Amino acid sequence: MKEVLEGSHAVSQAVRLAKVQVMSAYPITPQTHIVEALSEYCADGTMDARFICVESEHSAMAAVIGASSAGIRTFTATSSQGLALMHELLHWASAGRLPIVMAEVNRALAPGWNIWMDQTDSLAQRDTGWIQLYCEDGQEVLDTVLQAYRLAETVNLPVMVVLDAFFLSHTFEPVDIPGQDLVDRFLPPFSPKIALDTSDPFAIGQMAPPNVYMEMRRDVQKAMEQVLDIFSGVEQEFLNIFGRTYGPVERFYCDDARIIMVVTGTAAGTCRQVISDLRSKGEKVGMLKLKMFRPFPVNLIREDLGRVQKIAVVDRNFSFGASGIFAQEIRAALCNHPGHPPVFGYIAGLGGRDVTVDTLSEIYWKTKESDAPEDESVWVGLVNC
Amino acid sequence: MAGYNIPDTDYMVSGHVGCPGCGATIAMKFALKAMGEKTMVVIPACCWGVIAGPYPQSSLKVPILQTAFATAGATASGLRAALDMKGDSETTVMAWAGDGGTFDIGIQALSGAVERNEDFIYVCYDNEAYMNTGVQRSSATPFGSRTTTTPGKGWKKNRKKNMVEILAAHRIPYAATASIAYPEDMIRKFDKARRMKGGTRFIHVFATCPTGWRIPSEMSVKIARLAVQSNVFPLYEVENGVKYTINVEGSRPVADYFKIQGRFKHLTDEDFEKIQNMVDKDWELLLRKTSYFDRLT
Repeated sequence: MKEVLEGSHAVSQAVRLAKVQVMSAYPITPQTHIVEALSEYCADGTMDARFICVESEHSAMAAVIGASSAGIRTFTATSSQGLALMHELLHWASAGRLPIVMAEVNRALAPGWNIWMDQTDSLAQRDTGWIQLYCEDGQEVLDTVLQAYRLAETVNLPVMVVLDAFFLSHTFEPVDIPGQDLVDRFLPPFSPKIALDTSDPFAIGQMAPPNVYMEMRRDVQKAMEQVLDIFSGVEQEFLNIFGRTYGPVERFYCDDARIIMVVTGTAAGTCRQVISDLRSKGEKVGMLKLKMFRPFPVNLIREDLGRVQKIAVVDRNFSFGASGIFAQEIRAALCNHPGHPPVFGYIAGLGGRDVTVDTLSEIYWKTKESDAPEDESVWVGLVNC
Repeated sequence: MAGYNIPDTDYMVSGHVGCPGCGATIAMKFALKAMGEKTMVVIPACCWGVIAGPYPQSSLKVPILQTAFATAGATASGLRAALDMKGDSETTVMAWAGDGGTFDIGIQALSGAVERNEDFIYVCYDNEAYMNTGVQRSSATPFGSRTTTTPGKGWKKNRKKNMVEILAAHRIPYAATASIAYPEDMIRKFDKARRMKGGTRFIHVFATCPTGWRIPSEMSVKIARLAVQSNVFPLYEVENGVKYTINVEGSRPVADYFKIQGRFKHLTDEDFEKIQNMVDKDWELLLRKTSYFDRLT
């Protein structure tokens, strides 16, 4: 049934449909609407679940780690400073091989205080062993949360479902909320591979000396290496039941494109318009929407971007002393691919600044008119520069 | 207290890597005797993170979930919630943390859990410093102690934080102190805590550390007993934050306890007098709290 839903509530509805049993969160703007709705579902009996109102994000992640270790489906949500505070526990969840799902609303990090859209918070967690999936609209958010549980519980790794602050979290759109019977067909009850059990006592998370630690790390990576295939299977099943699919990357007018713009999140919606406008003027331009950031789909990137003339990457994030993070990853993916095109890195829309049709058009023309990138990162839309 | 039945079954095995005379291992052995097999133990970073054994071994016959330093209260909350959702009300969750993980880095998560009155037992085995990292001071380190971060003339001039009072101020169903030198009392308290389901129970266990306190390992239990006998570490219980019961009344001078430990060997008679004065005042305050409740009822 289609309803006009706020992006945040698309998350909450998916968590309800996933029949999550233990949730824990600490409020932070702009994540609050997600957890308020879930609290209501628990209070009015819509969900048979426990919501633990902890005193920090650090404790929120610790609480879902505790619950997940007992073999229960869990959920948490956070943003920005909250995610930064969780950092230590993110490692604990992934190396503990716990299939926790978290909604992360992309928000800028302070100082100065800024509650608006920026991707640096989630991208700074790239080395924590979490699968990261970036969403474009409310429907994709709802669908991705459901897919995330299937994926997480198959590979025993945690999944971060990422959505833009306000542009997505607080925007109302028509969203198809599937019936519980269909969701139950897609997502069966959680059947944990390991769970604490007094009749079979063992220890989780204990000391791992040099003789075993390296193999444990390698096992996490082996699981990561399976993600792309498993996600493809999960998406196929999702398509069969719900008729929708997204892909780890989405190609838009890429087949004959000379320049491909790489975008993520809600900027993809704007970029579709820009591409259509440019195409109508005869420009050979396409868009690659990157949904999966971890594991980074290196082979797909090589396949889709390896043979075009130029690549323009739009980063709403920045790694100080380096460049935009998506651009960095794409350069790394292409560097051993002979004859790869130049990667133009653009920084735009930090701290909630809008990425408009004009912003993306400017990026396209700048890329087209330059033979080579003028810098590792070109900052677009700076005032007084 | 005398003649209290001590269960025969042990849930801790030999071969663990605790130091000789380690009070924390004695504490776990006694605690699990009372807790039994339907127990899950949550251990944050602390000596027990090592004593519990390296992968794939375990020194306990009950499940262990090791977690990050600051998170015992929160992890135990999540584990409890999961067991509740699975319909398992029989299993008790027991968080087992050192003084660093309780008094210092873990106090926020603990206070949060306790304010929610989470249904678990939280145990602080207190060896009065960061022993696992090589004897650095914590807020549980007593006045007068030398540690590697309060060395020489820089010995600790601040008082030990009163953790039981902080917990009692949350008005939880049960907060108590216990000592490895009083096994009947300790096992009785763990048994009582286990039976008091439905809210947070906190037990502060005095656990001697021969390595950090610079005492011979065979003195571990004797020194723990002297701490009680001198009222340095009184044994008492607090129910619902207000009903105080003192279990043992001490009468020995504090110097008997302090003078035989290497960590205090620099202290003078003047210092002992000062410490005696602090301990007497604390004891007087405890007596008043006990009689205050008696007057209320």
